[in-house]
This record gives sequence, C-alpha cells and structure tokens, in this order.
Amino acid sequence: MSSLPKADSLVSKKFKMPKKNWFNAPFEFKKGTYNYGSNPKHHVALDLPNPRNWSPEDQDWQLPENWKEILLEGLRERLDKYRSLKIFMDVCVRCGACADKCHFFIGSGDPKNMPFLRAELLRSIYRREYTKAGKIMGKLAGARDLTEEVVKEWFYYFFQCTECRRCSVFCPFGIDTAEITIIARELLGLLGVNTDWTLASVSNCFRVGNHVGIPPHAIVDTIDMLCDDIEDITGVRVNPTFNRKGAEVLFIAPSGDFFADPGIYTFMGYLMLFHEIGLDYTLSTYASEGGNFGLFVSHEMMKRLNAKMYAEAKRLGVKWILGGECGHMWRVVNQYMDTMNGPADFLEVPVSPITGTRFENTKSTKMVHITEFTSDLIKHNKLKLDPRRNDQYKVTFHDSCNPARAMGIFEEPRYIIKNVCRNFYEMPENTIREKTFCCGSGSGLNNDEFLEMRMRGGFPRANAVKYVQEKHGVNMLSCICALDRAALPPLMDYWVPGVEVCGVHELLGNALVMKDEGDRVRETNLRGEPLEEVGGEQDV
Amino acid sequence: MGVGFSLLMIVLLVLIPFLGVYAGLEYVLGVVFPYLAFSIFIIGILYRIICWGRSPVPFRIPTTCGQQKSHDWIKADPVENPTTAFGVILRMVKELFFFRSLFRNNKVKITEKGHIAYIWEKWLWLAAILFHWSFFIIIIRHLRLFTPKTPWLVSFFERMDGFFGFGMYSFYFTDLLVVIGLAYLLIRRLVIPMVRYVSLAADYFVLFLIMGIAFSGILMKYFVRADVAGVKELAMSLVAFKPVVPVDIGSIFYIHLFLVCALLAYFPFSKLMHGPGLLLSPTRNMANTNRMKRHINPWNYPVKVHTYEEYEEEFGKVMQAAGLPLDKQS
Ligand code: HEM
Ligand code: SF4
Ligand code: SF4
Repeated sequence: MSSLPKADSLVSKKFKMPKKNWFNAPFEFKKGTYNYGSNPKHHVALDLPNPRNWSPEDQDWQLPENWKEILLEGLRERLDKYRSLKIFMDVCVRCGACADKCHFFIGSGDPKNMPFLRAELLRSIYRREYTKAGKIMGKLAGARDLTEEVVKEWFYYFFQCTECRRCSVFCPFGIDTAEITIIARELLGLLGVNTDWTLASVSNCFRVGNHVGIPPHAIVDTIDMLCDDIEDITGVRVNPTFNRKGAEVLFIAPSGDFFADPGIYTFMGYLMLFHEIGLDYTLSTYASEGGNFGLFVSHEMMKRLNAKMYAEAKRLGVKWILGGECGHMWRVVNQYMDTMNGPADFLEVPVSPITGTRFENTKSTKMVHITEFTSDLIKHNKLKLDPRRNDQYKVTFHDSCNPARAMGIFEEPRYIIKNVCRNFYEMPENTIREKTFCCGSGSGLNNDEFLEMRMRGGFPRANAVKYVQEKHGVNMLSCICALDRAALPPLMDYWVPGVEVCGVHELLGNALVMKDEGDRVRETNLRGEPLEEVGGEQDV
Repeated sequence: MGVGFSLLMIVLLVLIPFLGVYAGLEYVLGVVFPYLAFSIFIIGILYRIICWGRSPVPFRIPTTCGQQKSHDWIKADPVENPTTAFGVILRMVKELFFFRSLFRNNKVKITEKGHIAYIWEKWLWLAAILFHWSFFIIIIRHLRLFTPKTPWLVSFFERMDGFFGFGMYSFYFTDLLVVIGLAYLLIRRLVIPMVRYVSLAADYFVLFLIMGIAFSGILMKYFVRADVAGVKELAMSLVAFKPVVPVDIGSIFYIHLFLVCALLAYFPFSKLMHGPGLLLSPTRNMANTNRMKRHINPWNYPVKVHTYEEYEEEFGKVMQAAGLPLDKQS
C-alpha cells in the first residue's frame, strides 16, 4: 500500500492521448498494476500447459516453442465455436461510445483501457491472420504482427478488464468486451500464461471445494463459530447441517461469506433466516464454493468447477438449490450452468416451502437467488422485521456487475433493503442498475499486488458513494456479492473513509425478529455494535 | 491515422470514371461495374452472414438492461430484459431503427473537485440517426429510377422529403441532413482525441466515400445537371438485364455511379457489416430465459471434474472426525 499515491492525486482529470499510434505503444509492468504469474504447481494440479516459474517482469516468459501456432490455432478454433467472437471482431465501427464507460479507463486514463481499444488489441491480430485486408495492407487496415510483446500486452490489459460488461450496455451493437476478454484469457492460458491469484483459487476450489482451500472439518468449525456469535447476540442456537442427504434444499454461498469479515455477518443473516422459517436445508463441504474463478480462466475451467453444484445436489437428493449473495457465481448459474452441466432433471421446480410460491423463472436451472427467495417471504408477510435496528446505518446499494448485466436482478435486493432499514438512498442514476460501475476488483483481480489498479478501477464507484455520503450521510454500502464485500472495504477506506460494506442479508439478520428470541432484547447488531437508540422498545 | 491515405484513395476513385469517360469506357462504367459491384454486394453479404451463422452460439449471453422476470409483483422490463420472442423483436427494433443503446451515451468529466460528472451527450446518437435515416430515404427515393411508374412508397417519401421545395426547384431535406450527419461524424472522429486515437484508415475511408457519393449526387441534382432521362433509361435497362448505354449522360453521373459501385463492393468486407452484425449480436438478440429454458451448446464436451468420491477419498478421515456423514463406510 505504501507505494500507492494519495487519493486526491491518483486520477488525472483530463484524458490525454499519446501522439504516436497505439500499435507499439510501450507499457510497463509497474508494481500495483499487474498480476503475478502463475505458480507451476497449480498448472500441474489442474493439468494446465507449460508449468514453470515465471514473472511478468521477466524478459523471457518461457513460452512453448511453437507458441504462435498454438495461439493462432486457438483463435481459429474459438472463432468457429463462438459467433459472439466472430461478430465482435468484425462489426465495431470505432464510434467510441464505449470509451469512457470503462471504470479502468476513467481511473487510469490509459487509452488501452478503452473497451474498443482493448478489443483492438486482439482484433489487430485477427485482421492480420484472418482477413484479406489485414494480410495485404497491414497497419493501414489496423493489422499487427503477433509477437511476444503482444502476448505481454494482452496479459497486461486483459487482466485490467473485470469482465463487467458495462461497455456492452452502451455499444450500439452490443459488443461485449467481457466476452473478448474471456476468450483472450483463454488464449493466454493455452500458453501457460495465467495469473497466480486466479489459479490458486481455482486449484483450491477444484480439489478442496472452495477458493481459500478450507478443508471440510474447518468449514464446520468456522460455521460453528458463527453460530456461537449468533447465539451470543440473539440467544438463539441455530443448527445448520452439512452434507445431509434428503434435505429439501441445498444452500450454496460464496465461501467469502463464511471466512472473511464482513461477509460473515451476511452468512449469519442467512443462517438466522433459515432457522426462523424452519427451512429444511443442508450446506455442503464438497460444493462449499458458490463463486467460480474458472470463469476468469476459461469456459472449460468454469465448467469443471461448476459441475460440483449439480453433482452434489444429485448426490444429496435435494429438491432444488438456493444460492447466496455472489456476483460472478450468479453469472455462471444464470448464463452457463444449465447449458454446461444440465439438464437438472433430477431436481424439482423450486417451490418455497413457506409461501408455496413456485419460482417459475427458474424452472429449468432449478436454482433460486436468495434475494428472490427472501423478497417473496417478506412480500407474504412471513417475517417479523424491525427495521429500526438498522437505524444507525444510512444505506446505499451497489448493483454488482454480474447480477445486474447478466441477470437483471435489481428490485429484489432493493425490496428487502427497504423493508429492513429505514434510511436508503440511491446513488446517481448513471452509476446504478444496468449502468452500475464495477468495484474494480472483479474477475479475479482482487489481489494485493494489483492494488493501485484496483483503486483506479474502483474510482467511479467510490465517487458515486462519496456523492451520497456528502449528500445524505450514507455510511453503509450494501451489495449482493462476496467479492464486493472483500474488495469494497479497502476501496472505501481509500476514497470514501467512513463508509462500511455489508451484504443485504446482514441487514436482514439485524432486523429479523426471531420467534425463538422470545422477550429477549438484542443489545447489539450482528457486528457486535451496540443498538443504543432502539433500546428496549424494539418489539413491534 | 490514415486520413491522408483515405483521401488519396477517394481522389483515385474519382479519377477512374473521369478518365474512363474520356477513354469512351461508358459501357464498362455504366454496365460492367454496376453488375459486378451489385453481385459482390449481394454474394458478399450472404457469404459473410453465412460465415457468421456457421459459428454456433454456445451460451445464452444477453446483456440485461432492465429488471428480470421473477415475481409477478415485481415489474419486469419485457424489452430491455426480454423473456419472449416478441420482447426480443421489440428490443431489436429499438436498436435497429432508433439506436437505443447509442442513446444511452453520456460523457464523463472529472471536475476540479474530483467529482465525476456524467454530461448529456446525445450528439453522436443524433448524427448517426440523421445520417442513417437520410441515407435510407435517399436510397428509397432512388428506386424511382428503376421502375416505369413511381411506387407509392417512393413517392410518399419524396413528398415528405421534398416538402420544402419551392417553385421549379425541388429540394430534398435529406440531402442536407445526410451531409450534416456525415460532417459531424467526420469532425468528431478528427477532434475527439479518444476516437481519433483508435480510428483507422478504414474509418475515414467510408466516411469520405459516402461523402463523395453525396456530393456528386448533390452536384448532379442542383448544379451540374446530368441527363436524367438518360440515367433512367440506363437504370431500367440494367434491371431488365438488357443494358443500353445512352450517350452523353455526363461524367458527373459516372463519377457518382462509380463511387456507389465502390461502396457496394466494399460493403461486405468492411465494418459496414455492422447493420447485419447487430441482427446477429448474441448480447442483443437473445431472450433472458436463462433459468427457464435450457440452452443447448452443440459442442458441449465432457471435462475433467473432481468427483465427490475423490474428495471423500482424500478428506474422509477428517470428515468423519468432524461428524460429517460419509458415503463409504470404512
Ligand atoms: C441497424 C443498426 C445500425 C446501427 C445501430 C448503426 C450505427 C452506426 C454508428 C453508431 C455509426 C457511427 C460511425 C462513426 O462514428 O463514424 C455508423 C456509421 C455508418 N453506418 Fe451504420 N448503423 C446501423 C445500420 C447501418 C446500415 C444497415 C447501413 C447500411 C447502409 C449502415 C451504414 C453506415 C455507414 C455508411 C456509416 C458511416 C461510416 C462509418 O463511419 O462507419 N449502417 N452506424
Ligand atoms: S461502442 Fe461498440 S461499435 Fe462503438 S467503438 Fe465501442 S465497441 Fe465499437
Ligand atoms: S467489460 Fe468492463 S472492464 Fe472490461 S472493457 Fe468493458 S467496461 Fe471495461
């Protein structure tokens, strides 16, 4: 953190373009702006090519002998497999509507972070190899030769894209730079060029079941401790079960929610809710990760990790799956899971056992988002809520990129928030819902070595929070994403000190009046902060 | 980059027909090139679309720009986050005819105090709409040349468009608008640093080419009159596949026609395919029925997974110690 400039001097106020064209514009692997190279042991664990010790700062990346061939063949194959890629390679008119829509460009001013130029990094190679004009006219047609320098540049810039899809909302043709980034990363992966952070998480997830590699018994212990905390605060002992066959529902949350602050409060909220409504559910240690860093490596890796969800649901014989608050997990569940690992014909169409609501919108995938589930409970008056218990918070809501632009889940979390707290303020219109800004750390970039770039990328989001902080005194940024809960607190500390981060179900847990609490009066919220003002008059 | 090169190309493209008429090559310019260019245009577009279509759409990846359909008491956005074919069609119509997504455009400005302001910026949208619609109406108006009787649609557009005509001189509004639209698109490309930085020769080339077409057309209509009867005779003979080349139509006409031929022939191999491309763009033309209906990936293949058995094999002991149920009793 020490090398990171102060917040008021990080971002330049004007976007200046270099004089010389971008084809060979130099860039530098500067600390804080790039990801470390992948450790060979993860390559071995995951059967990935070219295991070796390497660093992006090395002159020689030890690429395979025939790296060019591999890369071009990989591109050819993907052009044949993805219509999206072909079309996105061909139809950009370089109108620039997407240019200042990318948080990394706004925060860094680096032209290669403009989505259309990011895409040109790949497009220029595509033109050279697969179009007549590019072959004959070269540079004039926007074609470049594929060199090792290009590979390095791709690594640098395709890992400065969080696959957030904001650019695709504004593009007249729906060109989705995230899709291009996903495929470019896949191509780099063919050469054994991956980031260490992502691969470490993936290999943990693959073998142990979750990103940080918590073994099964430790999961039980960790969650048991959260249950102790709940008991301390509410006097109620909740008893989640693990790997239990015959439960009605399998609940899968991002692992960030049970091992890291402030996600744990959200997890406590889930557990309290399930206890209160008497849900017949089980957790799984095998499928103990909702998140899927495979998405940030390749489609194949995404599938390899995602397979556990259905496999575990089948093994345990549950009726349907309930998913916790996580962003990219829901991108995978909503857009890929059924196609990749379905059909889920061994499950039933989800029905809320409490309200009887049939979740028709999930009738094929059979997995329900927890805010869909909880909003339905609230709508049917199944929960006793005391929103005054959140009175110390002035709350705003950050739409996480994936649930926003790959799903469209806007109202469900807001409905819950409005029912569990009394001070809710929206950020400016251009920064929420489908136009929401990324936290700057998505798509596997939430590591320490990338901190400067994360602060830059998170600048537009933080700036909008600052706006509501100054205008309404907002002090709590809520979200439905575990990565956000990990990434936003340092972002807030850097740009908008005084704003904390929470999940929606933490707020719910605070407000939830549990039957088993009886007459006992809660003295603290889930964070252990005293609930002074509400005092003794909290029964409604 | 490439402004000079593109201009040079246009000058060359103008010189060819100019010299051609001198050399008496009217038949080549008036018959061979148009047939050739039109064939390339049609076959090229079909080829490109088939080429795109041959790649499957493995995943359903719409960019959702509105509330999803979940509970019936939450109002879903049936167009920006469609779940029905009708919704998708509406979304596409909005994109195709009104450039919906471009209309979202705004401009980021960081103020002195370090606040980000999102500034109103619909000029690109406006210029694009002006240009495309005018261009479209102009093309429709041209159909008059190819039919003995003017079809009603064509005369309808003519009447709307020529509303401001006065006296002997008809004046078409779209002629002005298309030039304004093009000029704006060109100027912004040159002066907005971010756009200029990424622009390629091809980006300027099409703009110059279409401007060339527009200017030669305007010249011909309002200033250096060409022999309209002769033009019509040629046009009708072309569609009847019995080409006749009337004499002395005027070189300005051949310049206009040649530039059009160049555009037609260039079209399928350039970014001008963006119109057809939008129709096939998976982030726009798919319904977000993701969890309702399984989407099939034709090349879905089995992958190496870590099975529960392998997991239990490794962790069985600690799981048992932690009181977790096991599949295999050992
Ligand atoms: C249907 C949806 C379409 C959309 C949303 C669309 C959008 C755009 C946009 C945003 C530009 C701006 C280019 C610039 O900044 O310079 C453009 C340019 C252009 N479009 Fe379209 N367009 C569409 C269809 C078409 C069609 C069907 C044609 C066929 C004639 C066409 C021909 C052109 C031409 C000739 C240009 C100017 C040259 C250029 O700069 O690319 N467009 N279009
Ligand atoms: S908005 Fe779309 S068409 Fe315009 S430059 Fe960006 S990617 Fe290209
Ligand atoms: S997907 Fe997001 S991070 Fe990537 S280029 Fe687009 S706006 Fe930038």
